[in-house]
Amino acid sequence: MEIRVQAEPFDLGAEAARFAARQRGMGAVVTFTGIVRDMEGGGLEAMEIEHYPGMTEKAIEAIAAEAQTRWNAGGILVIHRYGRLAPDEQIMMVATAAKHRAEAFQAAEFLMDYLKSRAPFWKKELARDGAAWVAARDEDEDALTRW
Amino acid sequence: MDVLYFAWVRERIGQPREKVNTQAGTVRELVEELRGREARYEAAFADLSALRVAVDQELSDFDAPLEGAREVAFFPPMTGG
Repeated sequence: MEIRVQAEPFDLGAEAARFAARQRGMGAVVTFTGIVRDMEGGGLEAMEIEHYPGMTEKAIEAIAAEAQTRWNAGGILVIHRYGRLAPDEQIMMVATAAKHRAEAFQAAEFLMDYLKSRAPFWKKELARDGAAWVAARDEDEDALTRW
Repeated sequence: MDVLYFAWVRERIGQPREKVNTQAGTVRELVEELRGREARYEAAFADLSALRVAVDQELSDFDAPLEGAREVAFFPPMTGG
């Protein structure tokens, strides 16, 4: 299990390759990458991501440990950035490895659902016409009930 | 204890953290105590259903006891991922 919370960009290809090369006896590797999306109609200048140092790492570790146990995952990698990000920059990635693809996909989806609503990050959109905190959506909270 | 604020809660209160001397027995009592202090706390804590709380870096709730707690954090629902 590897958890990194960092301001710096990461190299998606290199991280995915390194993660996959480390696995033994695993039949599937799944990766997901979250990207800063421009607002409807454009105008996003940056996304500012704030987090709770200390709690962030602990919360992600607990989520990743749960995923590892439930899907018997070989490895789990979570990288999540904070600070000021431009549109189209990568915000975060997860990689999961499991014996079969269903487990690898499910572990990745579980990680994403929980990271969204249970890891202490907050996003603020800085647009040409002002700044606003991104509100949590009910669907994101509802998504947790399926697990 | 240390009281931390994040996102718009931090902006409304005007600082990211502070030391608070309190005898509050629960998170809710601490909130009531802060609300009575200054208008900026009232602005941040007006609607508790819009807030989440962590006690010693564990997600908790407003009825949680504060005995022995060193750090309490208030923030809006999280938007990670």
